[in-house]
Formats: sequence, C-alpha cells, structure tokens
Amino acid sequence: MSQVSGVAVPDAEVAPPVVRGASLLRRSLRLWRTRIGLALVGVIVLLAIVGPYVAPYGPSTPVGAPNSSPSGQAVLGTDYLGQDVLSRLLYGGRSILVMAVIATALGLIAGAAIGLVAAYSRNALDDTLMRGMDVIMAFPQIMLALVAVAIVGPHAWVIVVAIALTTAPRIARVARGAAQPIVERDFIAASEAMGVPRWRIISGELLPNTLGPLMVEASLRLTYSIGVIAALAFLGLSPNPNGANWGTMIQENQLVLAVQPWGAVAPIIAIALLTMGTGLIGDGIARTAAGIDRPRGEE
Amino acid sequence: MNRFRPSGVWVFILRRLLLGIVVLILVSFLVFLATQALPGDPARAILGRSATPASLAALRRQLHLDQPVISQYWTWVTGLLHGNLGRSLAAQEPVTTLLSPRLVNSAVLVAIAAVLSIPLSIAIGAWAAFKREKVFDTVSSNLLLVLAALPEFVVAVVLVIFFATTVFHVLPAISTVAPGSRPWNNWTALVLPILTLVIAVAPYVARIMRASMIEVLESDYVEMARLKGLPERTVLLRHALPNALGPVFQVIALNLAYLAGGIIVVEFVFNYTGIGSAIQEAVINHDLPVIQALAMLIAAVYVVLNLLADVATILVTPRLRTRL
Repeated sequence: MSQVSGVAVPDAEVAPPVVRGASLLRRSLRLWRTRIGLALVGVIVLLAIVGPYVAPYGPSTPVGAPNSSPSGQAVLGTDYLGQDVLSRLLYGGRSILVMAVIATALGLIAGAAIGLVAAYSRNALDDTLMRGMDVIMAFPQIMLALVAVAIVGPHAWVIVVAIALTTAPRIARVARGAAQPIVERDFIAASEAMGVPRWRIISGELLPNTLGPLMVEASLRLTYSIGVIAALAFLGLSPNPNGANWGTMIQENQLVLAVQPWGAVAPIIAIALLTMGTGLIGDGIARTAAGIDRPRGEE
Repeated sequence: MNRFRPSGVWVFILRRLLLGIVVLILVSFLVFLATQALPGDPARAILGRSATPASLAALRRQLHLDQPVISQYWTWVTGLLHGNLGRSLAAQEPVTTLLSPRLVNSAVLVAIAAVLSIPLSIAIGAWAAFKREKVFDTVSSNLLLVLAALPEFVVAVVLVIFFATTVFHVLPAISTVAPGSRPWNNWTALVLPILTLVIAVAPYVARIMRASMIEVLESDYVEMARLKGLPERTVLLRHALPNALGPVFQVIALNLAYLAGGIIVVEFVFNYTGIGSAIQEAVINHDLPVIQALAMLIAAVYVVLNLLADVATILVTPRLRTRL
C-alpha cells in the first residue's frame, strides 16, 4: 500500500520467513527517524512507568493554592485544584499507555487472524468476514468507543474492547490485502499438496510473509489508540475521573491556561512526544518495508 | 459480468450502492441492539425512582417498550426514515429540533475545512513531489509526518495556547454559536476550529498526493511529454497532476469521513455548538435517543463518503474499469 519513497534496502532473495520480521525492525533502525522515534517513546514510557515511584507528591494531594506558578515546592506549579502538576504528570501516563498497548495488541491479533483467514478462504467466508468489518468501520473509532461507554460505562475494559474492536477491521483489511497475492503463490499450493493443515499454512506461511505491512499498520494503529484513549479522557470519560490522566489534566486545566499554562502544557508535551515517537517509528518501518518490497537498487 | 461491457462501470456503482445499503441496515441493527442492551429501564430512567407503576406502564406503552424487539426496531427504523428520531431524554424535546441547527453548524465547519484543506494539501503534496529530496520536500514531509501523529485535541489546545490565551490574544478560545445565530456571523470564532480540522486532515492527503505524483512523474508518458519539449508547467498541470489524483480521491473521502469523527473532540475543545459536542453531552447524560440518531447519522455519512470515494476512483482511473 505505502509507496513512500524510501531508502532502498538491498534484499537477500527470499529470507527465511521468521527472520524477515525481526530483520525489518533491525534494518529500520538504520534510519534516523526510527531512532529518534524510539528515543521519544522510550523517554515517555520510562516517565510513565517510573513516574509514580519518583513523584514528589501523590496525584491528588493538595500542595498549595490553586493555579500557583512554578516554585521550589511545585516545580511545574499547581493545577486548578492546587495539586502538584509534576506529580500528576508522573502518575498520569500509565493507564493511557497500558490501555493503548493492550487494545492495539488485541486488535492486531484479531484483525490479522480475520484478514488472513479471509484471504486464504477465497470464498463466501471471505465476503462475510469483510462485510462484517465494513459494518464496524462505518463508525469513526471514537464514535464507537463513545457509544460503548454510554451504554456500559467508562470502565477500562470497555474502552480497551471498543478500541480493539475498531482496530481489528483496519488491520484485517491490510492483512487480507497483503496475503491475497501470497495465497496465489506456488509454495502455498505445495504446502496444501503435502497435506499441511490449514491453520499451519495460515500461521506458518501467510503470517510471516505479511509481517511487514502488518507492523507498519500496527504502529499507525498504536498512534491512533493512544490518541483516542487520551481523547476519551479529555472528553471526561476515563475509568477514574478523579485520577491523574494526561487527557483529563488537559481538559481540567484548559480553562485556566491564561493563568497557569503548565497544568495543560505538560501533559500536552507528553502526549505529543509519545504519538510523534510512535509515528516516526511507524514511518521508519514503512520506509524500510517499501525498500524490501521492491528488491531493486542498492542502498 | 462481462468485463468488456461499457456498462460495467454502472454495474459496479449499483453493486457498491447495494452494498452500502446492506452495511447501513446492519449498522442500524447494531445501533439499535447496542442501545437496547442498556441495563435498566428507559421508562424508569426518564420518570425517576418515585414513578408509580401506572405511569411507568403508560410511558412504556408510549415508547413502545411493551412490544417485541422486532416491532420496536421496525417502529424506530421507519421513524428514522420519516425524519422522526424520537425525543431527547435530557432536553425533553424532539431530537430533530435539538439537532438540526447543530447539524447546520457542524456542516459549515466541515465544509469550510474541506474546501481549504483539499486544494492546500494537493498543492503541498504535488510540489513536494516535484521538488523531491529538495529543501521544501524534506521540511514539508517531516512536518506533515509529525503533525499527522498528533491527536486533534492536542493540536486544538496548542492552537488555543498560541492564538487565544497565552502567547497571542488575537482569536477567541471559545466558539459557541448562540441560539438563533449562524456560525458565519462570528467568523473569528471559526478560525481555530477550522485550522485544527485542516491540520488534522491535510497531512494524509498531502502524503498520498506526493507518493502518487512521484510515481506519475517517473512514468514514461511524463518523460515523453518532457522530451517533446513541452514547458514544465504544462507537463505538471496537464499531464502529471490529473493522473496523480486517482488514488488521492479515496484518501480525501476517507478523511472527510474521518472529519465526521474528528469534530466530536474539536467541537468539545472550542465549545462549538454542533453535533460533535452534542454527542459528548449525550454520552455524559445517557441520552440514548440522541446517541442513536447521531451514531446512525455519522455512520451514514461514513458509508456515503466511502461509496463516493470508490466511484470517483473508478471514474478517474480508466484502467481500473477493466478489472471490475
């Protein structure tokens, strides 16, 4: 799909399938954008994981007057309730990250399975599965998540399932598209003739050969999942409305931007660096994959 | 289907149309069942805990809750087709009355954003392809990559910080449309929401345009046009650009459809009086008739735009017609 003009990477004939996914990642690390992306994501993930242990105060501890400017006591000042902005920043990333990673992983597994089975079956099952995916894709991701939250409530599992459910069809489309030409190839027919079970052909032959496009799409989907989950919190729909959460923080402190900008600016920077990082990694993998897919030209 | 018949295009369009209708019917099942599965009794939710059994029963009859699910669905869907979307539980007025002015406001927002972002992003993408690997291309590609990764609400709040509250104070941070007023009566309030939507959409269209244009610029017929000695301007505008637009239509339609979801967050940031902020309010208030109506509306917009994208792609890409 992506015709991103990339750095052409020399391709060694047909590398053993499993190595291909890992080597794609390794090769993409030659690009500066992948390294920068990885560094950004690394910093934010570290911040989110280690943050709660090093935070000077609790996430909901009042430490001073509301909206006070940065001082020795509160390095980034206090928010609209007088809580320490730095502490809330350090506490507020974990839930977004965990939910986004789980939701994207679930969507990736389900979507890849559906897409590959659809591509392999080449019959009515293919049509049925993909029409089902069309129905889910008729909703913007955030709309379906909002409907789910409206009906069941803003529990973490509801948000994760809703994001996974809306991620799966988009992955499935890519998986099916990438697998369709492979299904026609001779080595699949050979495996069938040798009596390899269908699920082994799908997992052992089709999956490894579609890993490139799948990884590109997965990193794109992770970027969106983070955005949608943070946006839900921003709309007032996080699992814990009083807890520290970057999306919630931005919304709470948006009205006092003119007085004390840090309450909103700090989480904005965190989310922006995180999604920029995943975006850069995705682009790095996409460029590398585009080079691999077209085995011509030297580096 | 005979692939060489000229009517193949029409058969394809008809098939896509039918498929779109099937998807919409399935979507309506999904929306109806999802909102049916709500724990609790809508009648009690409306009347409150102190309601008498008699008034509950009366309201249930009024809401058709005493009938089987299939006939409830039928009542709902036929009402939908006649423009009767039920009554909002929170506002206690018909959903149509509640939403129609907001629908106009949102349509204005999306239309202006689309009119601005599409030519802009096509121009950026085409120019970047023409200046491939030069300064403009490098800068615009990297900038667009970064912008594409940012969630809309982050872009929106950053714009508020820059232009409304903290750095400059030139534009309003709140864009509420007063009742009875029209969005264009207060156009300064429209600038930031529209700018956010443009930034949300333009990167994707520009990147696809660049990739498509690069492919076209490397093709033999562009080489041929250049060898004929045609001025570069003619080569670009007459030979390359029209051919590069094919794949872009699909992305434009997808992104317009995406705007239908994007307005939810953007309208909320600016407190803009549109359907996007209506969805947020309805979710917070558990106002199911409003959620049902808006979910159906947005899904319909999505399906129609995807249909248009497919048809437009087929119409501007002659070689695809033979593959139907």
